[in-house]
Amino acid sequence: MPPDHDRALEARIAADPRYIALVRDRQHFSWVLTAITVIVYSSFISLIAFDKPLMARPIAGGTTSIAVVAGVAMLIGTVAICAIYVRRANGSYDARLAELLASARS
Amino acid sequence: MMRAVQAAGLLALLGWASGAGAAMSGAVTRAPTNWTAILMFAGFVGITLWITGAAARRTRTVSDFYTGGGITGFQNGLAMAGDYCSAASFLGITSQIFNDGYDGLIYAIGFLVGWPIVLFLVAEKLRNLGRFTFADVASYRFMQGPVRTFSAVSTLFVVSFYLIAQMVGAGQLIQLLFGLPYLYAIVVVGGLMMVYVLFGGMRATSWVQIIKAVMLLCGATFLVLGVMAHVGFSFEALFAQAVAVKTRLAAESGLSPADAAAKGRAIMGPGGFIKDPISALSFGFALMLGTAGLPHILMRFFTVPDAREARKSILWATVWIGYFYALTFVLGFGAIVMISFNPEYVDAGGALIGGGNMAVMHLAHAIGGNLFLGFISAVAFATILAVVAGLTLSAASAISHDIYASVIRKGNADPAKELRVSRVTTVLLGIAAIILGIVFQKQNVAFMVSLAFALAASGNFPVLVMSLLWSGCTTRGAAWGGAIGLVTAFGLTVLSPVIWVAVFGFGHAIFPYSSPALFSVPAGFVAIWVISLLDRSPRAAIDKAGYAAQRLRSETGLGVHTPAAH
Repeated sequence: MPPDHDRALEARIAADPRYIALVRDRQHFSWVLTAITVIVYSSFISLIAFDKPLMARPIAGGTTSIAVVAGVAMLIGTVAICAIYVRRANGSYDARLAELLASARS
Repeated sequence: MMRAVQAAGLLALLGWASGAGAAMSGAVTRAPTNWTAILMFAGFVGITLWITGAAARRTRTVSDFYTGGGITGFQNGLAMAGDYCSAASFLGITSQIFNDGYDGLIYAIGFLVGWPIVLFLVAEKLRNLGRFTFADVASYRFMQGPVRTFSAVSTLFVVSFYLIAQMVGAGQLIQLLFGLPYLYAIVVVGGLMMVYVLFGGMRATSWVQIIKAVMLLCGATFLVLGVMAHVGFSFEALFAQAVAVKTRLAAESGLSPADAAAKGRAIMGPGGFIKDPISALSFGFALMLGTAGLPHILMRFFTVPDAREARKSILWATVWIGYFYALTFVLGFGAIVMISFNPEYVDAGGALIGGGNMAVMHLAHAIGGNLFLGFISAVAFATILAVVAGLTLSAASAISHDIYASVIRKGNADPAKELRVSRVTTVLLGIAAIILGIVFQKQNVAFMVSLAFALAASGNFPVLVMSLLWSGCTTRGAAWGGAIGLVTAFGLTVLSPVIWVAVFGFGHAIFPYSSPALFSVPAGFVAIWVISLLDRSPRAAIDKAGYAAQRLRSETGLGVHTPAAH
């Protein structure tokens, strides 16, 4: 076991309603984002598998196709969804955690 | 040391920039042995060996060896990008786009979407609970022997297939780029990766990967600027010219104007890459979930101090990898526009001179001349080295930390001995990699990277997720369930067209899809679930009782092991 194993502190945190709420919120948020990632990616692949002509259609009368726009949106969206999670996890969730740990240790 | 490294990196870049300028008017004949490329690569090797020397003086403890003494999230993100963007994707995806257009992007997106999954499901808990390897986390509340043994075996399988693909790719690539014989190339790659890992451990590996990532991103960015300058900085113009080129090629091959126009347009939409939806989804799931089970990627999380930096690592890794794949897309279309009619790069039949993966190399020559071709060749070689060094370190850690220290010595190993075991393992792995590279020289290794992803998705990923998120998971469930996922993925791959038909020569594949993940990942999860539910052993009670404490630590980071800073 790691050196600073403090059962009393851990028990205090585990019983703290703020801890329970934090874990619930963070878990809920990460599952929602996971579901969005899986659904959007599966839809993208399915769209390609089932309707290639639609994807190949040009936009605005030019050469650039729907598939290119969708693909680039997938790349940008993947980065964006990571940024959304990191922003909230490193921001408000970490702040709640720090506050919780500070009061549990005092 | 960090400042010295940055200065060295800057020097390399300055050297590259002036070289590229001089090469614009340079000669066009390509020597059979490419001395420019060899000299530039020698420069890269010199810098990395110097870093390894500096790292070796600071690699004294097992923690130094496995974690490198700690880096920031930004640095780790770059290193992850360096670890993940293989030469295969740089050369392979650009060439795929050069040949078929859009399809290469589908492949690239698959490699990127795994990162949010790593971030949302495993990253912070992994960092909070683990110390050196992902097995630390997978086995946290379980009996160490069975779960660590599973993790180590799984790591060795995943790493071996990934490594064979890289070694064979390296040999063939270097044959083409440098004009060196296959055997020399394999020995150079195997020998260098052994030196980096043996002496510099994770510290040297991280910096090799960071420098390589910077070289690769800068080189590819320069090429993209060259392409965009050629088409007047308009994507619409780039696509329109590419379609015009493909239409002209089709017309020259004897098609009617209408058919030729349709063939030209075909590069803007999805083509033959995705045939049946099941194979497509299955392959996509292997890439998406496999990333969260790749041992050499998971190991990189232990180089940062806490969950906060671990999350930043992924965000940066995703930014750089996404940017890299966006660049490859432009490069593929740029290659269509800029090299398709040049007999120096493409033969009369429309095939790339020097092999099917050479599109971006020819493009580099067309844009920046011999010197820039040399630089990009050196980048490709550096890329392979960075990837194999990470793989070797992860396999060595599985043997020394999981098998030797945790299973054989039951957690009471003498640290000096553990360090020695990891170094001996590194040497053996280096030799094994060279031998495997030679044995598989003539084999079809294209399926091995996707097999590595499928194995990671079906074995490691379910074990990690279930041990982190399900209180009912037991030792027996994790060890046997993970093994079932792994064996299912492996068995279905053997029965699939890529091995059953292409390697064994049977007429008809028993498993008709190109990737097993859609079936083997659920098999892994269900096996863990069912075996855990049926487990009534005394150990199962201990495993379940340990969940609350594990969960608290995984959520709060209490008792987290930070990489030792000196």
